[in-house]
Amino acid sequence: MQTQTGIRRWLTSTNHKDIGTLYLCFSFAMFIVGGVMALAIRAELFQPGLQLVRPEFFNELTTMHGLIMVFAAIMPAMVGFANWQIPLMIGAGDMAFPRLNNFSFWLLPVAAILLVTSFFVPGGAAATGWTLYPPLSTQMGPGMDLAIFAIHILGVSSVIGAINIVATILNLRAPGMTLMKMPLFVWTWLLTGYLLIAVMPVLAGAVTMVLTDRHFGTHFFNAAGGGDPVMFQHIFWFFGHPEVYILILPAFGIISEVIPTFARKPLFGYRSMVFASCAIALVSFCVWAHHMFAVGLPVGAQLFFMYATLLVAVPTGVKVFNWVATMWEGSLTFEAPMLFAVGFIFVFTVGGFTGVILALAPVDIQVQDTYYVVGHFHYTMVAGSLFALFAGTYYWLPKWTGHMYDEKLARWHFWLSMIFFNMTFFPMHFLGLAGMPRRIPDYPLQFAQFNMLSSIGAFGFGLLQLLFLYIVIRAIRGGAKVEPKVWDGAKGLEWTVPSPAPHHTFETPPVVS
Amino acid sequence: MRARNFSAAVAYALPGFALAAGESKYGLQTPQSIVAHQIYDLHTIALAICIVIGVVVFGAMFYSIVRHRRSVGHQAKQFHGSTPVEVTWTVIPVLIVVGMAFPATRTVIAMKDTSGPDMTIKVTGYQWLWRYDYLGDDVSFYSQLSTGWSQIENQASKGQNYLLEVDHPLVVPVGKKVRLLFTANDVIHSWWVPALGVKQDAIPGFVRDSWFKVDTPGEYRGQCAELCGKEHGFMPVVVQALPEPQYATWLAEQHAKNVAAATAASAAAEKIYTLAELESEGEKVYARNCAACHQANGLGVPGAFPPIAHGPIATGPIAAHVDIVLNGSKKNPAMAAWKNQLSDMDLAAVITYQRNAFGNSLGDLIQPAQIAADRH
Amino acid sequence: MSASTHSAHRTLLLKFGVVAVLMFGFGYLLVPFYDQICKTAGLRDIDRADEIRSGGIDRARTVRVELDANVNRLPWRFRSETPIVNVHPGELVTLVYDVENTADRPVTGQAIPSYGPPHAAAYFRKIECFCFTQQAFAAHEKRQLPVAFVVDPGLPKDIATLTLSYTFFEVEGNNR
Repeated sequence: MQTQTGIRRWLTSTNHKDIGTLYLCFSFAMFIVGGVMALAIRAELFQPGLQLVRPEFFNELTTMHGLIMVFAAIMPAMVGFANWQIPLMIGAGDMAFPRLNNFSFWLLPVAAILLVTSFFVPGGAAATGWTLYPPLSTQMGPGMDLAIFAIHILGVSSVIGAINIVATILNLRAPGMTLMKMPLFVWTWLLTGYLLIAVMPVLAGAVTMVLTDRHFGTHFFNAAGGGDPVMFQHIFWFFGHPEVYILILPAFGIISEVIPTFARKPLFGYRSMVFASCAIALVSFCVWAHHMFAVGLPVGAQLFFMYATLLVAVPTGVKVFNWVATMWEGSLTFEAPMLFAVGFIFVFTVGGFTGVILALAPVDIQVQDTYYVVGHFHYTMVAGSLFALFAGTYYWLPKWTGHMYDEKLARWHFWLSMIFFNMTFFPMHFLGLAGMPRRIPDYPLQFAQFNMLSSIGAFGFGLLQLLFLYIVIRAIRGGAKVEPKVWDGAKGLEWTVPSPAPHHTFETPPVVS
Repeated sequence: MRARNFSAAVAYALPGFALAAGESKYGLQTPQSIVAHQIYDLHTIALAICIVIGVVVFGAMFYSIVRHRRSVGHQAKQFHGSTPVEVTWTVIPVLIVVGMAFPATRTVIAMKDTSGPDMTIKVTGYQWLWRYDYLGDDVSFYSQLSTGWSQIENQASKGQNYLLEVDHPLVVPVGKKVRLLFTANDVIHSWWVPALGVKQDAIPGFVRDSWFKVDTPGEYRGQCAELCGKEHGFMPVVVQALPEPQYATWLAEQHAKNVAAATAASAAAEKIYTLAELESEGEKVYARNCAACHQANGLGVPGAFPPIAHGPIATGPIAAHVDIVLNGSKKNPAMAAWKNQLSDMDLAAVITYQRNAFGNSLGDLIQPAQIAADRH
Repeated sequence: MSASTHSAHRTLLLKFGVVAVLMFGFGYLLVPFYDQICKTAGLRDIDRADEIRSGGIDRARTVRVELDANVNRLPWRFRSETPIVNVHPGELVTLVYDVENTADRPVTGQAIPSYGPPHAAAYFRKIECFCFTQQAFAAHEKRQLPVAFVVDPGLPKDIATLTLSYTFFEVEGNNR
């Protein structure tokens, strides 16, 4: 079979490696778009007073920054990794549904265009926060409808992609590779796939209800017609909480691949890691109302959700212990993937601690809707998901391209990321505790110092990612040639094929002992 | 110019230390109610536990990074796992979180217990201000941000309580259990005073209750805590706690004011004002209420807020102008009905001002008596 | 790809496709589910008239009932004639709300009740109320709308203050 070239190749390819590349490039482009919005936000928040943007546009920026980063940057990046790595790791020639795979990807640019153009319709983009709460979302102009359509399209792409991934994992593992012999990255994607199929349709339902409340006379969330705005929050967060585990489970998988390689010993407690991941996925369905502690839930509900949330911290903690135990008594080296993996453990765990503190409903009531929460989810999603994506990129890029990336530049990327990331987001915990609400374009004077520090960090962190882009592009174009087994401690089927991995691999499945 | 803006920015950042009047910038505000005390202590305990766990876990990790490196010749030990170890580090965290749940449960129950209040105040969230109704006392008023937009737009220097000051604070007695009933007029808002440990969403069409009891006299400031539109960051909460005798005096003053306002309204209804008097009063009303959207220069924001300067309504028939200011716009809900918030005098003055300022110069006068008639 | 793999893929595609569709329906099912939970927990039931349970009046106990009134973007004046009443559980109380349409045009509104504390809703037995029925008012029309209720003697002992709150919303499309 001849590989096509040029635009036709990228438009019509059903090859998992090509589609993985498309997902990764798209996600990085959207990461920059969402990042520019973040910089605009931080530029406005650099000092008290309104300097750069009007309050209503500021709300559009915060909303779109959230929607783009969650749905168009992090999720597609994780799917990109799934596409590249899962067939290679299980010894399959391609995904279960190669043509659906192509379709899942090409839905994304359509959705992205809808989101970006929503800024230019009358009334501007949706300005409700990414959580889209009614009745505020009912008040919005046509930008909200565009966002709803975009979310529908993103949802279809995610669900089809998830079905593809789950079918691939269940049906196409090489003979001898039982479920309990799969790499942990594959396990975490299996669970993520189940979560996506279960909850993305619920989000679709919720935003459809908003759409019909807006235009077709329904009153799901309108008290005037007997509806209840709080019900939206229940339905949204029933999706929303599993969603954050969708964002982090594949990241856990990547870290679980990287650390054993650079510790040169097996992952500690493989079975336990599988069980912990399953527990996290299951319990994630039972904690949604911890996003709603200030709404006025009955006492019984406050207590139940507090207990369930405290409980879900346990399997997450177990995973951290297992990673440290993997490092323990290893023979460690700290190339860029390992730097980011260790960095991940450190900063993600900080996010985990603030999550435990937030689980305590009375404390949550004080800090809900403040910068404490913004700090918490940026520690888990940026230091968490994003750093894991960096670790995975440096880890597998040589396999994908055949070239080693520039290690020295990559170390600069790591250390500067750690410094600027913490400079941006650590002060937010103080701001939230001291009383600064979120989603405001201007703030009282006692918050000025930490806001200024955070904004400086944000610009540093943002501009730094151009260095990452440079490193990746250089590695694609050239660099030291690498062996099939790029890293001496690496184990797994992907390291048995040449680097760069040929366009078609495992056309005959290997036998796994 | 840029250097000056930067040093102005730094100048705001540095005094931030002193301005917070003894409040730590790193932690929760000094608690001023029983519930706030409990929350503060709960946070301290939880944070301490997390720090201890962090030190242990990160300590192990950093030890390993230093001692178990290949570069110092350390060989990897190929162990796979250990069930006793897994069980231990699963059970211990479970015990820790169960331990944390006990004090937290007590506080959750205490926060929900609104029984036996000494007074009840209804709090209504509007876009973008609060309204307080003292149930049973016939006292009610609106409470709106009093920081001028000239400060927000960096044309005047910012006062100490920038964005945390209102025209009419919520006044309550010290040491009494105050029950609050929350609802909203339009979208979800959230009433929050950190020092008192109260945050409750205000939901249109529903009432929710909460409570507090203030320990010490003082002024306690908070902000709206649920995104409610463009001025979400500009609708603060100020609670002024007075010792009982002073509260009683304040209450009596409010009753007297009610009587006086009723008399003044009927007096104003008869008085005829000059154009200059109406314009000068109207300019102040405009700055406080209209400038946020229609801008200080009356030019509005294209595509969002129509201009007053040479605008069709401000230069069109008076009746339509009066109607839209009193009753709001059906087409564009962002233009609220002002008749409940502003007095006859305020309304007459601001409409007069709009028709004569910004180059409109129509020479129209609207008297408070006209507004009073138009209300019915 | 072998025929068995092919059919294995097809089976999973079908199964998960069905699951996805069912989960979309589940989102909608949450709507009546939520209503049912609220009714069962006594948190909110807005359109049913209550039956009186016969039983005595508990004269030893007094409950303070606050009558709250709100309008949501409606040009109406709406307040209870008696903002606060002290009642005995089991005693039938009748009172009126004054409602006036201050606009020059006919307006139809609908009142939605809410209760503070929310779980007290189950103990507030409304025999007659104007909630959730459309009320059409001509221009400048004034009316009194009655509410008759009994506070259930089963009201938990620690609740001594109850709030009945109505919010009137405009019913669209009837009058322009």
